[in-house]
Amino acid sequence: MIEFITSPFTYSFMQRGFLAALLVGVLCSVVGVYIVLRGMAFLGDALAHAILPGVAIAYLLGGNLILGAFVAAIAVAIGIGFFSSEGTIKEDTAIGILFSAAFALGVALISSIRTYAVDLSHILFGNVLGVSEKDLIFTAVLTIIILLIVAVNYKQFMVISFDPILATMMRLPVQFLHYLMLVMLGLTVVVSIQTVGVGLAAAMLVTPAASAYLLTRRLPSMMIVSAIIGAISSVVGLYISYYINIASGSAIVLTATLIFLLAFAFSPRRSKITHS
Amino acid sequence: MKSMDNLTISAQLDVENIEAGYNGESVLQKISFSVPAGQSLAVVGPNGAGKSTLFKVLVGLLPIRAGTVQIHGKPLGYHMDCIAYVPQREVIDWKFPVTVMDVVVMGRYGKLKWLQKPRKEDFDIALHSLEQMGIGDLAKNSIVDLSGGQQQRVFLARALAQKPHILIMDEPFTGVDASTQETTMNLLEELHQKGVTTIVSTHDLNMAATRFSQVLLINRKIIAYGKPDEVFTPENLQIGFGGQVLSMHGVMVVDECCPPDDLR
Repeated sequence: MIEFITSPFTYSFMQRGFLAALLVGVLCSVVGVYIVLRGMAFLGDALAHAILPGVAIAYLLGGNLILGAFVAAIAVAIGIGFFSSEGTIKEDTAIGILFSAAFALGVALISSIRTYAVDLSHILFGNVLGVSEKDLIFTAVLTIIILLIVAVNYKQFMVISFDPILATMMRLPVQFLHYLMLVMLGLTVVVSIQTVGVGLAAAMLVTPAASAYLLTRRLPSMMIVSAIIGAISSVVGLYISYYINIASGSAIVLTATLIFLLAFAFSPRRSKITHS
Repeated sequence: MKSMDNLTISAQLDVENIEAGYNGESVLQKISFSVPAGQSLAVVGPNGAGKSTLFKVLVGLLPIRAGTVQIHGKPLGYHMDCIAYVPQREVIDWKFPVTVMDVVVMGRYGKLKWLQKPRKEDFDIALHSLEQMGIGDLAKNSIVDLSGGQQQRVFLARALAQKPHILIMDEPFTGVDASTQETTMNLLEELHQKGVTTIVSTHDLNMAATRFSQVLLINRKIIAYGKPDEVFTPENLQIGFGGQVLSMHGVMVVDECCPPDDLR
């Protein structure tokens, strides 16, 4: 039994993979709380797809893929904010336009390379076992920065999410906080492409947070439960992927989905919500 | 401003010649009125008259295109936290994971620094506000569990915790039970006596006529402003509401195409 648990760790790439998955699982789940509460799931999915051109350009130039994704995510997040601020067009419309355009550009760029199939599949579905030491450090630093942003702005994020009118009346920098949240979301998506890839990043953002939403009654406990579910999904998913030899991103997302189904079945909230 | 007794400082509100609206269309035109300190004002008018728009202007949610709004003789935004606003219940996500206490303590956030956690004093004020609204025992409940009337009391308690000079409420009598209406009205009168300027929009013309010191009748522009008996003349009602108002045996009834929400 002990060997069952420890055997994956005999390989250093597995150790790095587990650590990366754990960090990403916790980070996505905490940021995901805001995504779920503010109804930004579509935006999360869009951002994940929109980072493709950044990754492609980094690949073509031989640079760091994560750095490329990072730049693209911020550019798209700001672009969405720009087109939808002042109510010129609705935000989901802006998202729809920008994310498909960016994704198309990414595919166009990648299709110009002859041997892209392997790399593309890693970008789309994650390659947690290919995480380098540098990637791991980058992920750890980003995780700490984002969790710090959440801690520092906890009160403010809660008010702009629950009652934007009160936030405006308190003269909070509502626009700035909104952008900050978008940037945070972008960064989170960037690190999550290592474990679950562009295609499944949205699941890691939404599924653990939605499960926690069903099980808790207050924001702090929702964040903690979400982080725990994210961590469990990542670790259990990786074990499953190791032993039955399936894609790690899929195994992680399916584990998270299973937890969600259980949470849905046993949620104390569900009965209340259907009654009201 | 930080003292506990700032409830006794009331605010004069001066609105001068404002124009406001959405996407190029003006909803409000040339609105000017002054609310002397400590008055209770009911804002009435037909649907689409711009009551909500006016309130958005007063709380700083909607920029004005022309004119000025002054509180205590200073422009809007000068005072950080002297206006409390009770939103319509429909705009709140009642499934948000917060307790009643969490919501009321939010009313104290404006008095805290960016990183500062709510102090014991803030929790005490919040609990006291809840008790004043008669729902002290609900402090630990999730907001999803509340009835419509309780929801309104929570936001009233939050407004109280803000210790405002001006309290603004959008349609507080719509869609709540009679007992909440009465609690709301009692609270408004109590605040009025303490010198807080209260501004309320309502469809209930009888309430406006009998329980407020001033009435503002608008329909995109001001039709009448003054004491209730000066405002509610047949001519003014005809101009403001057209054929929608029936006056029967001294009771005014508004015939609305869009009735208020059903009771929960």
